[in-house]
Amino acid sequence: MPFASSSMNIFSVAGSAMTAQSQRMNVTASNLANAESVAGPDGEPYRAKQVVFELAPSGQQDTGGVQVARVIDDPSPARLVFDPNSPHANADGYVAMSNVNVVEEMTNMISASRSYQANVEVLNTAKTLMLKTLTVGQ
Amino acid sequence: MIDKLDAALRFNSEALNLRARRQEVLAANIANADTPNFKARDIDFNSTLAQAVEQGRSANALGMTTTSARHLAGEAQALPDQDLLYRVPTQSSIDGNTVDMDVERINFADNALRYESNLTVIGAKIKTLLSAVQQ
Repeated sequence: MPFASSSMNIFSVAGSAMTAQSQRMNVTASNLANAESVAGPDGEPYRAKQVVFELAPSGQQDTGGVQVARVIDDPSPARLVFDPNSPHANADGYVAMSNVNVVEEMTNMISASRSYQANVEVLNTAKTLMLKTLTVGQ
Repeated sequence: MIDKLDAALRFNSEALNLRARRQEVLAANIANADTPNFKARDIDFNSTLAQAVEQGRSANALGMTTTSARHLAGEAQALPDQDLLYRVPTQSSIDGNTVDMDVERINFADNALRYESNLTVIGAKIKTLLSAVQQ
């Protein structure tokens, strides 16, 4: 009958996307917060983190939700700032700052927010449809 | 008698099934809008529905396991094999993703509307059958 398990699946698909996007936003928040960090607990400058999305297959065919495959460190070199008075300055007077690109992080955040909203909309539509399906024939 | 009732609603239930399946595929496209190398998929609704109505469902795909020879054979009907097609991208992106958010959202809204109208038709049909039964 029309109430196939496939319509239930929309919830898990959109839900996984929302989880993945909020994790992306979490990473962005961490990057933005540490944009001016000089050194982390290990003494090395903070490296920007990026999430890598991948498909989470839900059946025999290659559609499904999203999952975060891994979180990678941005390989770009640390930003060098000339500040001879800093205790972290090297022999030439340069301080290695985090390699966070603030503009990139802001656009990343907006993109994540839009994708999140799109999935919320999907979820609401699916919910409306299922509620209507429950009242069929009444 | 009962099979006639079933036949009366068969076309609409197949169409509704397919709409629900398409809704799921479109939801997966929207969910994977930022996934590298994801290719947007879709169902050719017309041909798949025609195939589902004409050929019926393949009966061999779903069956219940019997642990005794005296069990009744539970024969469920499987959904027809739906061919998921690939969408042709209008603007290719550098990470190999072919999801065009505008296209997917329009299709999603359109499919939701058609699903609802299908539900309305089924509801009206059930009411008609019901009033015929109660005469």
